[in-house]
Amino acid sequence: MSYLENNLKTIPTGWRKVLHLNWALVLLLSTVASVGFVMLYSVAGGSLEPWAAPQMKRFALGMGAMFIVAMVPIWFWRNMAALAYIGSLLLLVAVELFGTTGMGAQRWIDLGFMRLQPSELMKIAVVVMLAAYYDFLDIRKVSRPLWVLLPVFLILLPTALVLRQPDLGTSILIIAGGAIVMFVAGVHWAYFGAVFAMVVGLVAAVFSSRGTPWQLLKDYQYSRIDTFLDPSRDPLGAGYHITQSKIALGSGGWNGRGFMQGTQSRLNFLPEKQTDFIFTTLAEEFGFVGGMGLLALFGLVLAFCIASGISNKDRFGALLTIGIGGTFFLFFAVNMSMVMGLVPVVGVPLPMVSYGGSAMLVLLLAFGLVQSAHIHRPRGRL
Amino acid sequence: MKRAAKDTLASARTISRRALILGGAQLTFMGGLGLRMRYLQVDQADQYLLLAEENRINLRLLAPARGLIYDRNGVVIADNEQIYRIVVVREDAGDLDETLAKISRLVALTADEIERARRELRRRSSFVPVTIADRLNWDEVAEVAVNAPALPGVTPEVGLSRYYPMGEDFAHLVGYVGAVSEKYLEQSGDDDPLLEIPKFQVGKRGAESELERTLRGSAGTRRIEVNAVGRVIRELDRIDGTAGAPVQMTVDSRLQNFVQARLAGQSAAAVVLDVETGDILAMGSAPSFDPNKFVRGISRADYRALLDNKFRPLPNKPAQGAYPPGSTYKMVTALAALEAGVVRPEETVYCPGFLEVGGRKFKCWKRGGHGNVNMEQSLKYSCDVYYYEMSLRVGIEKTSEMARRLGFGRRYDLPVSSISAGLTPTKDWKFARHGAEWLIGDSVNASIGQGYVLASPLQLAVMSARLATGRAITPRLIKSIGGVEQPVRDGEKLNINENMLRVVRKGMYAVSNETRGTAYRSRIIDEAMQMAGKTGTSQVSNALVNNKEVPWEQRDHALFVAFAPYDKPKYAVSVVVEHGGGGSTAAAPVARDIMLQAQYGQLPPLTAYPASQRSTIKARQDALQLRQIKPGSGRSRA
Repeated sequence: MSYLENNLKTIPTGWRKVLHLNWALVLLLSTVASVGFVMLYSVAGGSLEPWAAPQMKRFALGMGAMFIVAMVPIWFWRNMAALAYIGSLLLLVAVELFGTTGMGAQRWIDLGFMRLQPSELMKIAVVVMLAAYYDFLDIRKVSRPLWVLLPVFLILLPTALVLRQPDLGTSILIIAGGAIVMFVAGVHWAYFGAVFAMVVGLVAAVFSSRGTPWQLLKDYQYSRIDTFLDPSRDPLGAGYHITQSKIALGSGGWNGRGFMQGTQSRLNFLPEKQTDFIFTTLAEEFGFVGGMGLLALFGLVLAFCIASGISNKDRFGALLTIGIGGTFFLFFAVNMSMVMGLVPVVGVPLPMVSYGGSAMLVLLLAFGLVQSAHIHRPRGRL
Repeated sequence: MKRAAKDTLASARTISRRALILGGAQLTFMGGLGLRMRYLQVDQADQYLLLAEENRINLRLLAPARGLIYDRNGVVIADNEQIYRIVVVREDAGDLDETLAKISRLVALTADEIERARRELRRRSSFVPVTIADRLNWDEVAEVAVNAPALPGVTPEVGLSRYYPMGEDFAHLVGYVGAVSEKYLEQSGDDDPLLEIPKFQVGKRGAESELERTLRGSAGTRRIEVNAVGRVIRELDRIDGTAGAPVQMTVDSRLQNFVQARLAGQSAAAVVLDVETGDILAMGSAPSFDPNKFVRGISRADYRALLDNKFRPLPNKPAQGAYPPGSTYKMVTALAALEAGVVRPEETVYCPGFLEVGGRKFKCWKRGGHGNVNMEQSLKYSCDVYYYEMSLRVGIEKTSEMARRLGFGRRYDLPVSSISAGLTPTKDWKFARHGAEWLIGDSVNASIGQGYVLASPLQLAVMSARLATGRAITPRLIKSIGGVEQPVRDGEKLNINENMLRVVRKGMYAVSNETRGTAYRSRIIDEAMQMAGKTGTSQVSNALVNNKEVPWEQRDHALFVAFAPYDKPKYAVSVVVEHGGGGSTAAAPVARDIMLQAQYGQLPPLTAYPASQRSTIKARQDALQLRQIKPGSGRSRA
C-alpha cells in the first residue's frame, strides 16, 4: 500500500483513480506476459510470427480493457454480475448451436475480429456471479442447505454445457473456481467434506466394481480411464506427449539449454508447444531457475490477490478478488502439474503465457475487476 | 444493500480466515510443484538429457559399395550399377493404403509387390525406410519426384545394385547376390548392422557368398538430427564406410566365355587349369542361368523352370559334381602298379575281351579283346582287361593312395558354394560305410574308375596337371584381394619316378595323336600345341548299354582329361559331358576346342585341326555364340 493510499480517507474519483491502481500488479502481469512473448518467439524458431506478435497485440488490447474495467466502480460490476453470468450462459448455448469446431471440440464463436471462447468467459463469470450472490446473501444463511444448493446449481449449469463440448479442463476449472468462492464465503466445512467423500466414494465404487458382475462402466471405458490416469501405458498415443514433456523439462537441468536451444520444442517433439506445453519449453530452455522464476511471479500475483482480498472490507470485492486469484492459481497449478506428469493431460493453458486470445483477454478483464475492487474498496473506519 | 457493521465484521473475519487457509493450501501446492520441478530438472537431469539427445539424433547407415570382381585380365565380372528405387517411411506416410495406391498410379507395381511392401512396412519400425519399388527407370523416378508434395514420406533414392555383365558365364563361379532374407538374419550369426538396410544385398552363391565379408566392406554412419516426425533437419557428421575390397579371379573371362559357349546345349562341366600355378582359368558348368535374374528377384515361373530342367542348371557341376571317372582313372592304376613294382612298362598282358575273377566275367569294352598290350598301348586303346589284371596285382589300398597323391578324394579350399570330395575307396571305408568286406571285384571295378570311385571334373583337371608336371599342383581361384596377390602354392614334387610318369604321358600322347588312339579324331595338327589326353566313358547303370537306344538319363557319362602342349605342358583340361555317350566322341572334341582356345587365346585357326574335319569345325565355330570381351574393358582396376 502506498503512502498516498494510506492517507486517503475516501474512495478516489475521476482521473485520480489512475494513481490508485495497483501498479505493482500491472508490472507483474506485464512481466509474466513478456515471458510469454519471449517463449512464443522462441518456439516459433526465433520469429514474432505466428504467435508472439498477435499475442502482444492482444495483450495491449487486454491491458486497455483492464484499465477501463478498473475505472468503473466495483458496485456497477456487482450489479452487472447476473447479467454477465446469463450472457455467458447464452454464449455457451450459442456455441453449442453454431460454434466452430476446432481441435476436436466445439469451443469457439467467430466474432469476425476474433474468435470468442465463451467457456473462458464463464470461468470468470461464475466467480463474479457467486461473489455477488454471497454479497447479497445474509451471512447467517450461507450454510443453509437451500442457499448452498443454489450456487451449486449456478456452478453445475455452465459446467454441464462446457462438458458437452467436450472440455474437461475448463469444466474442472469452473467447478473449482466456484468452490473456492463458496469456501471463502464461509460455507460450512461439512459440505466440502461431504462432496469430497462422495467423489471418493464414487471413484472407489467405479473402480472396485471393475471385473464384478455389477461393474458400473463398460470395459473400454475402464481402459480409457487407465490410459488417462497412466499415459505410460500408451507410449505412442496419450503417453507420448507427457513423456516428451518430461524429457524436455528434465533435459533443461539447472539453468537450461539456452534461449532457442531447446531441442525438444524446436524439433517438434513437444506437442502444442505454443499453448498447453509452453511451460515445458521455458523449463527446457531456462532450466530449473527459469521455471522457479515464473512460479515465483505467479505466486506474487496470487499473494497480491489474497492480500488485497483480505484487506478489502467490501464483501463482494473481497470474494471477487480472492476468487479470481484462486482461478488464476488453478490455471497455472493444473497446467504445470499436467506438463510435469503429475496429473493427466486435460488441456488447460498457462495463464498470461500460453498463446490464446480469449484466455488472455478474459484474464485481463478479470484483473481489471480486481483492480476496480482494489481502487473502490471502502476506506477508513467502518 | 446496506449491511450491519457487525455482519461486515463477521464477514471480513470469515473471509480472512478462509482466505489464509486457501492461500496456505495454494502455497503448499506450489511448493509441491517446485519439488517436482527440482526432481525432474536437477535430480534426473542427466537421464532426461540423454533421452532428449536420443530423441534428436538418429544414426543412419551408409551402405558401402560392394567390391567389384575382375577376371585375371582386369575385365569386370561383377559390377555395381546405379539403380533408382522408391522408399517409404511409414510414420511419415500417413494412410498407408492411400500412399501405396498413389505410388502404384505413378509406377507399375504388381499386386504381389504391393502386398510385399505392405507386409514389410508393418514388420519394420515405423521410422525405418522401406523400399517399395526397386530398379526403376529414370522416367518413373522423375514422376515420383515431381509429385513429392502429394506423397509425404515417399522419397526416390539412388543406390547401387550388383550387375553381372558376363551374364550366364559366371553364374556358378561368381554366383549372385540377393536381398538379405529373414532366414539369413536368423541363422547366419551375422550381426553386421548393414543387414538392417532394406534390401541390402548379400552374396547368395559362389564367390559372392564365400567372400561375402571381403566384398561387403564396412558400414559408414551418418548422424542426423531429426524432428519428432523423423524429418531430417541437418546432418551432424558423417563417417564414410569402407568399400568392399575388389577381388580378382584367376579366371580368364574370354576363355570362360568360350567354355560356356562350347558346352551349351549339353549337361556338362569343364575345367581349365594352368599347370604351373594351379590357377583355374575356366570352370564351366552347363547349362547355366542368368544371375542378374536372381539379383532382381527371380520370378516363380523362371525359378520353377530352373528346378525342373533335367539338365540341372543350378549346381556347379565342375566342383560339386561327383562322377565315376571311368577310364580317365587308368593313369592312377597304372602309376600305382608301376610304383609297386608289380609290372614293367613293356610287360604285356593278354586281353581276350574279358577277365574272369572269382567266377565272374569282367568284360573289356572291346568285345573281341585287344590281344597283347603293354602299358602304353593299354592307355592308347583304353584296354580294360590290362587294368583288371593290374588291380589284382596292386590292390585297392595302393591304387587309392596313388589317387590321393594325384589330387582325388579331397576338397580344395576354394571359394565356391559347395565342393565335392569325390571318393577314393579303401577296405576300411567300405566296411565303415556299407558294413561289408572289400571284394576282389570291387578292386577290379575301381581299376577302371567304376564302382565306388567318384571324382569331380576339378579333381580330374588337377590330376592332369599333376601328371603333366609331376608336382602337387593345387587349384587357385582368387588371384588377388584388394590388390594383394594371393599366394600360389608351390606344388611339391609328387615323388613319382619321372620314368614312370613318362610312360603314362606317352600313353596319353598316343591316345590323342596316334592312329587307333581312342581320341585320335580329336588330335591337334600344330605340333607345338599337341595334347596328351585320356578318354573315359563311365557307366551310369550296371548293364552295358547301347547309348543310342536308352533314355538320356541312362546313357554313359563321357569324359576327357588332357594337358598341352605335350612337350612343355601349360594347360590341363577336364571335360565331363553327363550322359554324353562315349568319351572319345562326346568329350574329347570339346576338350580339344577348349585346349586350342586356351593356347591361342582366341578362336583357333582351322589349320590347327585335321584337314578332313575343317568344314564341320568351321560350321561349329560359326555357330558359337561368343561374347565380345575387350581385355581390360569396363573400368580400370580399383
